[in-house]
This record gives sequence, C-alpha cells and structure tokens, in this order.
Amino acid sequence: MKLKKLSLEQKNRYYGLYFILPWFIGFLFLFMVPLISSFRYSLSNLQVSNEGFTLEFIGLANFREALLSHESYVRMLTESVLNIVVNTPLIIIFSLFFAVILNQKFHGRVLARAIFFLPVILASGIIASIENGDLMQSVVRNANDMTGGGLSVLKNLDLTIMLLESGMSPILVEYLTGAVSRIYEIVSQSGVQILIFLAGLQSISPSLYEAAKIEGSTGYEAFWKITFPMLSPLILTNLVYTIVDSFISDQTSRLVVDTAFKSFNFGLSAAMSWIYFAVIALILWVTTALVSRKVFYQN
Amino acid sequence: MKTGTASGQRTAKKVGLERLTSTAYWFEFIKKWLWILVRFVLIFGISFVILYPILLKISISFKSMSDLYDPTVIWIPREFTLDNFKLVFTAMNYPSVLMNTLWLSTAVMLLQTITCVLAGYGFARIRFRGSGLLFAAVIFTILVPSQTIMIPLYLNFKNFDVLGLIELFRGSPANLINTYWPFLISALLGMGVKTGLYVYIFRQFFRGIPREIEEAAYVDGAGYFKTFGRIILPNAIPSMVTVMLFSFVWQWNDSFFTNMYLNEPKVMSSMMSSSGYTIATYLTGGGQAAESYTQDPFFMSMMMNTSVLMAILPLLINYLFVQRHFVESVERSGLVG
Repeated sequence: MKLKKLSLEQKNRYYGLYFILPWFIGFLFLFMVPLISSFRYSLSNLQVSNEGFTLEFIGLANFREALLSHESYVRMLTESVLNIVVNTPLIIIFSLFFAVILNQKFHGRVLARAIFFLPVILASGIIASIENGDLMQSVVRNANDMTGGGLSVLKNLDLTIMLLESGMSPILVEYLTGAVSRIYEIVSQSGVQILIFLAGLQSISPSLYEAAKIEGSTGYEAFWKITFPMLSPLILTNLVYTIVDSFISDQTSRLVVDTAFKSFNFGLSAAMSWIYFAVIALILWVTTALVSRKVFYQN
Repeated sequence: MKTGTASGQRTAKKVGLERLTSTAYWFEFIKKWLWILVRFVLIFGISFVILYPILLKISISFKSMSDLYDPTVIWIPREFTLDNFKLVFTAMNYPSVLMNTLWLSTAVMLLQTITCVLAGYGFARIRFRGSGLLFAAVIFTILVPSQTIMIPLYLNFKNFDVLGLIELFRGSPANLINTYWPFLISALLGMGVKTGLYVYIFRQFFRGIPREIEEAAYVDGAGYFKTFGRIILPNAIPSMVTVMLFSFVWQWNDSFFTNMYLNEPKVMSSMMSSSGYTIATYLTGGGQAAESYTQDPFFMSMMMNTSVLMAILPLLINYLFVQRHFVESVERSGLVG
C-alpha cells in the first residue's frame, strides 16, 4: 500500500505546528497548570515546608476573608478600579492627540518623538512608586511653587473658577483640572499607546486625504471622517492595553504580593488575585462590548 | 514673447497684491501660524513634564549635604560633588549589578525574540481547526494578571522538576529560586514579561506579508525552514528591533518577577527598590560613617535619587543610540493590525 502523500498545504500546517511548539509547551506548563493550581490554592489552606507544600481544602473561606474581613483589600480594590475608570479615557485621548501632532511635519520632530517615547523606556512601577514617596522631589517642587517657577503653571485655581463661572458642570471641571495635575502620571503611562497610534497613522493611505482635500474638506472634517474611523480598531487595542497595563503596578497587586511573600498567606493571596482578575475581566468585557460596536473595519 | 512674460509678471504681481489685501488669505495665514505656535507650546510643555523628573534627579545627585540644607539652592548646586555617585557605586556594588542585569536582560531578550518570532509566524500562517482558539489563548495570557499565577509559579521553580526526572537523578527536586533559570526558562518558552504582546506584534506583522513571496520560494525549491530563514526573517527586522527593545527594557525595569525569583544575584530593579536600606547598612557597617546620616530622610532621599538615576542611566545612553532606529522601525513593525 502506498502512503498517502501530503499536499503542500497540509505539510505546511504541520510545519506551522513546529513553530508554535515552544510557545505551546510554555503555555501549558507555565500558564495553564499554574492557573488551575492557583484556583485550587484559593480554595485551600496552603502550608509551605522545606519538603514542599500541603493543601487543605477549606472551600470559599479565603474569598470570604478577602471580601468581608480583610482590613484594606476592598478599599484598595475600589480605589484601583476608580483609578482605571478615571485615567483610561484621559490616556486614550491624550495619546491620540499627541500621536496626530507627532505625525505632522515640523522642525525638531525627531527630537520630540525621542522625548515622547522616553516613558516607554522609563515607565515601570518601581520608578513611579519611588517618585511618589520621595522627599527631595517634593521639597524641590514646593520651593519651585514658592518662587513661582517651574510647575506652578499647573496651579489652576483661576482656571477652575473661570470654568465654573462659564457654567460647566462641577464634576466635569473637577475631572479636567484633576487631569492637569495628574499630567505626569498620564504622560508616563501613554508611551506605548502613542507608538501604536503613530504606527496606525502611518498606515493610512495618503490618497484618502488627497481625495478629501479635492472635495474641499477641512482638516477638522478630515480628522473625524478619515483619521478617527481608520484608527478606531487601534482605540480598542489601546483601551485593552491601557486597562491591562494599569494592573501591573497598582496598589492592589502590591497587596496581593505582600500577602503571599510577607504574611505567607498563600491561599488568601490567591483568592485576592482571583477576585481582582474577575473585576478586570468584567471591566474589559464591558468596555470592549461598548466600543467594538462603534469600531470601523475596512473589510 | 518677451512682452508676453512681462504682462504675465504684471498680472502675477496684481494677483499677489490682491491676495495680500484679501481677508481670507490673512485668515489662513494667522490660522497656520497660530497652530504652529500652539503645537510648539504643547510639545514643549509635555517634553518638559517628561524630562522634569530626570533633570531633577541629575540636579539632586550632584548636590552635597550643605546644599541640601541651603534654602537658596533649588536647581543648581553650589558645590558640585561626585560623592553621591561614589557612595552608591561602592555600596551597591554597581559594576557587578550592572553586569548581572546586562547579562540577564540580553539573554532574555534573545530567547524571547526567537520564541515569539517563531510563534508569531506559526499563528499567522497555519490554518486548522482550533487555530483560532490557540490564538485566543495568546490573548488570554496577556489579559490574566501575573499575580494570579504568581504563587504556583514560585512553588514550581522552588521545587523544579521535569516529569520526575530531576528527582530520579538527584534525589530531590531542584531549587531554582535565586538563580537565573526561572527567567531563562520562561523566556525560552514564551511566558516571560509581556510575551503575549510580542507574539501578537509578530503575528500582525507576518499577516501583512503576502503569501506569494513564500510560494515563489517553494517553487524555487526552498524548503519550509529555509524559506523562513532566508526570505521571511530578513523582512521582519523592523518588528524584531521593536520587540527586542521592548523586551530588553521591560526585563531591565521589571520588579515583579525579579523580586519574586531573585534575592541574591542583585539586578538593577531590586537595587532601586532597596537602595536606601542597603546604603544605610553599608554606612553603619563601615564604622565611623556618621550615624546621623542614615537617620536623615533628606540624605536617604538623595541616595535614592542617585541610585535610580544610575540604574536607568545605561538605558538612557542605550536609547540615545537606538531611538532613531526604534521610531522608524515601529512604523513598519506590524504593531498595527
């Protein structure tokens, strides 16, 4: 009997599997298995000894402890979620705006881009957390404010009053002025997003703009009718990236790590991280469901 | 002929004059320059916000103790001193920390790039039942926070064993905590810091390469792996540069996994988080160094700033050289679907 010969396409499928193999092994053993055991740990009392560890099933007690009796978990979780809800739209708008600006032609563009991508290099939880609690920085900042130089431009009291008097709703005013004082936080979190938007802007064909110009559209119209729809899939990408990224370094995840490695309460820590993950998944699901209805795909 | 051009010039002049007197022209003109001005202010302002902490660190790290207590000194120290750098350099054992970090980040970068480029290519090109599900798994790895699988991973590497083989030969599972193995193994198997994102970038890039290129190579008699190595990879260099930079930098700055797996071989990110404590023990352990120093929050903060500056300095220098490449390659890297 003759062996059935594989067609080129079938052969390619199997070769394709070889390419994925290292990743797949990692996925199984360094992701799937830990994920399942993490869930098991969250339902048990885990004791680590020199020879290994022992598990004792205790049901939902860890979850109950995290949600009902832990002194700071629920508060931190709400704060983290609030932070995300407040910051994410700002980051998206900010990065879209500056990606459009950095895409224009002007002198010193290379320098400006180099500076704007610095946060990609520097952004890391540890630098930010050192920054926040740092004495010297706040001393210099205060001195600056007193002498009227430096960042005191950001003192926006007059602006607040002006906006309030012009009849804007106080919530919106507070949001905007809050955004101005959190500008460093926002800038340092939007490096990758600017990159993604910029790459997207480069891939829009210039002929679209030419056609629009011949039809007599203004720059404003061109932005809302061409740039914005073409970038809308990337807005979704950036939303997801921003939300996921903000978990890595916030206080709740620090609490989860501390519970595991400082208090050695592994079960409780696992339960905390699962609650946390559930909340993230919920936020992601809601935002993608809302946004993807508006997303425009070319094909 | 000559008169023709002269009259042409005259009409051109007339048109030019009319243009100068028309309001629409001036409106456009002012609009254009106003925008240039606004743009400049915006870019300058944000650049300042980004550079401000770095400038501040540089300023602080050159200050001496007397400048710290001098209220008239804000930005430019009265006495420049390199003492801070010297202290951090010796207390932190800087050269060895630098070598450790450099070694670890480079190895992780190479392994991650290789694995992810292979996986990305595989995901872009294979079509079989369940391939969509597999790619959903990639997205899933991006979405699940690392904290969720942190404890099992830790225990896994603490009692490391491959199918009972290591226990068979050594009698007990190997303890890989405080070695570089956890990083290398996760990088090699595509499960390191943010690797899901890299696989995604490569897949998007390869989807943009037309299949005809490969088919042409097959027709010319190249095998599958040869096609990949000779035709596909050279095309993927822009996206590889992007991924390599990301993976190097994020490994360098990563404090989550380094704090979890490493206590002993010091790397930059753990140096940053513990610099105050280490310098305090160094100074008091050194004997005559005044105890008041370690008690002084200003001094500790100055040390903190100096050590953070020294930790990110290699990255900054590196960035100066590669940034042009980086920005240009990102635009063609398939970062965009």
